[in-house]
Amino acid sequence: MSTPLVSIKDMGLRFTGKRTVSAVNQISLKLAQGEVMGLLGESGSGKSATLRALLRLYPQGRAQVSGQIHIAGQDVLALKGKALEQYRGGTVSMVFQEPGVAFDPVYTIGQQIVQTIQAHAKVSERDAAAQALEMLERVQIPQARRRFDAYPHELSGGMRQRAMIALALSCKPKLLLADEPTTALDATVQIQILLLLRALQKEMNMSVIFVTHDIGAAVEVADRIAVMYAGRIVEQGPVADIVQRPLHPYTAGLLASSVGAANKGQPLQAVPGSPPDMSNPPAGCAFAPRCSSASDICRTEAPPVEQMGGRSLACWFPLQLDAA
Amino acid sequence: MVVASPGYWGTVWLQLRRDPVSMAAAALLLLLVLAALLAPWLAPADPYKASMIKRLLPIGSAGHWLGTDELGRDMLTRLMYGGRLSLLMGVVPVAAAFVFGTSIGLFAGYVGGRINMLIMRTLDIFYAFPSVLLAVAIAGALGPGLSNSLLALTLVFVPQVVRVAESVTTQVRSLDYVEAARMSGAGAFSIIRVHVLGNVLGPIFVYASGLLSVSMILASGLSFLGLGVKPPEPEWGLMLNTLRSAIYLNPWIAALPGAMIFITSIAFNVLADGVRSAMELRT
Amino acid sequence: MNTHPLQTDIHQDRGGPRQALLEVRELKKYFPVRGTGFAAQAQFVHAVDGVSFSVAKGQTLGIVGESGCGKSTTARLVAKLMAPDSGSMVFDGDGVDEFRGIALKDFRRNLQMVFQDSFASLNPRLTVAQTIAFGPQVHGMGAKDAGQLARDLLARVGMEPEQFGARYPHELSGGQRQRVNIARALAFDPRLLILDEAVAALDKSVQAQVLNLLQELKRERQLTYLFISHDLHVVHYLSDQVMVMYLGQIVEIGPVERIYGHAVHPYTQALLSAVPSMDPAHRTLASPISGDPPNPIDPPAGCRFHDRCPKAQAVCKSRAPRLMSVASDAAHQVACHLNDPQSGHREAYAVKHATPPLEEVSV
Repeated sequence: MSTPLVSIKDMGLRFTGKRTVSAVNQISLKLAQGEVMGLLGESGSGKSATLRALLRLYPQGRAQVSGQIHIAGQDVLALKGKALEQYRGGTVSMVFQEPGVAFDPVYTIGQQIVQTIQAHAKVSERDAAAQALEMLERVQIPQARRRFDAYPHELSGGMRQRAMIALALSCKPKLLLADEPTTALDATVQIQILLLLRALQKEMNMSVIFVTHDIGAAVEVADRIAVMYAGRIVEQGPVADIVQRPLHPYTAGLLASSVGAANKGQPLQAVPGSPPDMSNPPAGCAFAPRCSSASDICRTEAPPVEQMGGRSLACWFPLQLDAA
Repeated sequence: MVVASPGYWGTVWLQLRRDPVSMAAAALLLLLVLAALLAPWLAPADPYKASMIKRLLPIGSAGHWLGTDELGRDMLTRLMYGGRLSLLMGVVPVAAAFVFGTSIGLFAGYVGGRINMLIMRTLDIFYAFPSVLLAVAIAGALGPGLSNSLLALTLVFVPQVVRVAESVTTQVRSLDYVEAARMSGAGAFSIIRVHVLGNVLGPIFVYASGLLSVSMILASGLSFLGLGVKPPEPEWGLMLNTLRSAIYLNPWIAALPGAMIFITSIAFNVLADGVRSAMELRT
Repeated sequence: MNTHPLQTDIHQDRGGPRQALLEVRELKKYFPVRGTGFAAQAQFVHAVDGVSFSVAKGQTLGIVGESGCGKSTTARLVAKLMAPDSGSMVFDGDGVDEFRGIALKDFRRNLQMVFQDSFASLNPRLTVAQTIAFGPQVHGMGAKDAGQLARDLLARVGMEPEQFGARYPHELSGGQRQRVNIARALAFDPRLLILDEAVAALDKSVQAQVLNLLQELKRERQLTYLFISHDLHVVHYLSDQVMVMYLGQIVEIGPVERIYGHAVHPYTQALLSAVPSMDPAHRTLASPISGDPPNPIDPPAGCRFHDRCPKAQAVCKSRAPRLMSVASDAAHQVACHLNDPQSGHREAYAVKHATPPLEEVSV
């Protein structure tokens, strides 16, 4: 692929403070313009922290980001001041999980979008308002003109999420970071938002990194999936490969323990144990305590990430391709 | 090897220990309390013994480290003895308000509905008055004297504590574990005792500890106005009043009781803040 | 296996195998909404509006629906955590807390609940063992016996009592806390367990473990479950019967395979097809339904779903459909004019009962 839009190499994130926690450990990924990556993981995997670090949302004193992050040709870690402000929202934007708290309750939706637009481009208020209204219509909010003047608490959950997407896209970013945007929504609303994201992404040729713990949601929107566990990417690849031919035991375990019609009446193949405490991670491979194919080397040495064509994998004993 | 968890208050204490500012405040308060308690044995002189010759000796005089007041009595002794009354008038009303206020607030919060409304709106009447005004009014009506001013201050603080207690109880009441306790078939008293009380005391305690310095200052104010302790009893507020006349002659001496009130109330506040921070359970 | 120290005759099967364990009739619960100003017309949230169902012994009834449908309120009404505005409940043939029924306190031993928020369900000031032991002590068990029971239950739910008994809730993970909640509910040796979104907040890998535990416990102790969830996959896995709720009413109820394989109500069909696809080659192309679940304040006349229903017609706006059997299957009932040949709905005669089954997980 030509120069990828997003190029992250060996990124690490450490929180200092009362305890030092290595939330993210040496992750590398590349994303082309217009590609959607699903970041799949459970609690403690570091997926949300990764997104926030990409937007430099953590204060310098308490968090240290290491590695190389290049987005749209800019070295993200070197940005400061005005350049950083333009980057946030202009190049990269974010949609959060709780639409209720992402908006300022004392301003209307329209005012907040207009403020964002004016912060990034020199447009008159009227033009900005027109752009904001157009954005609200694009996210399929019914009666957009009325909702423009509405306060956040006057909208339902699904509409607030649409409004938040409108806010995030108002400055036409090249990369959208979505942090579990549908987790807090009802099923019928969730599928609408997922389809909306897919449609907008195609229209604007935008790249998306979509964080979720729901495999189904990832399959619906993503072209590629990266599975995170305990701060590392354990497996990465095209969505069909990951979902139908997983190589890492954790990925396979997640897929096998999915509940559905197929397992009715039988015990589920649950992955034993629970995700590790990131302030005190185990030595070696973080998944070893829960892995049925773990052996001594797994418990002492963490496996390196290996690239194989379009896939990457970090495992000493991956599942055989034909047996998956 | 599993180490037994120290429990909630144990964790709070461990957290508090790591905060140097709070520990300094606690040490200071401990010192003050000890000085006050042990005054009869530690104090160099008789607090009531006046001397017309030795009036307003400056700080650092021989035999009188902190000088003497307008009647020739040793300041250091008076301050130490004064601490007993001042601290007493700071702690007793707050402790009494804590006990009564928590009981009323817990009851109102748990019961809810019309009874709750009745209690809270009645207390709102008291709450509508500024505390200084209310204290002065009640103390004025009851007359001067130590026990009267203690009663007045207690009455001033009870509505405030009830308000906090009721609010926290209402919050805790709606939590799932109280619902689960109701589901067990337990009676209301049992639920309050086991599940509600322990979880509610924390925030109320924090609020009440913030009241300690207020109570001290109000008590001193009452004494200053002549509504609290009567002369010749040593009490910091009263001493401030009687030393007013000396302010142009020896301002340092006149400021001493005020300084004591200031230091003590700051120490109370800093410690209360520290306990509040320590109580935020961060695991 | 029923040698529980608290066993009394209340606990035994009183009604026999054919008596439903729980029968609920016409439950209603309205919450007043504070109007603005003094003279405003009081509005009501119709949280639960005429719900009737029964649960057979040893079965699992799954209740599904979205926010505002009333499933959690129904659970709390059944658990008697709040009083219904009208309606009745019969537990194994006896009324509860009424004349000639069983006493409320005894009822509490028969029916327990596991809540969604595992952290808020546990008193942060008590150790895990103390929390579990509280219930039996309320019903007269001695402290030592209750402590032993707590330890036995902790071991049964997969938590080593020596290691976990003295821990506080904030020291446990979500899955561990939920196991403690299950142990706490089991301490009463109940016959019916209400699980109100009990696995919703757990990580997927942990969810599977807890679901396995629930199935084992159900077999061992002959439990009956009322499982409330918004996750259709989990409901399919656990349930024998499924009830779909919308805006405080039951829209469809029936055996699990009928609901998932042959749903009749358009809302049920929409819910089923709203589940994300697991096959990247066959992604969802269009949303089955638009708009958000509405607010249950003063619902409209007629069928409450008519403003979002793709099959709505004039009759749906004016008349509310009744719950009626589908074809000749008495166990499968639906409240829709499509199912009623005499409703006046033009498609009522030609209703298709087939709906594509829920997408299977492909591994």
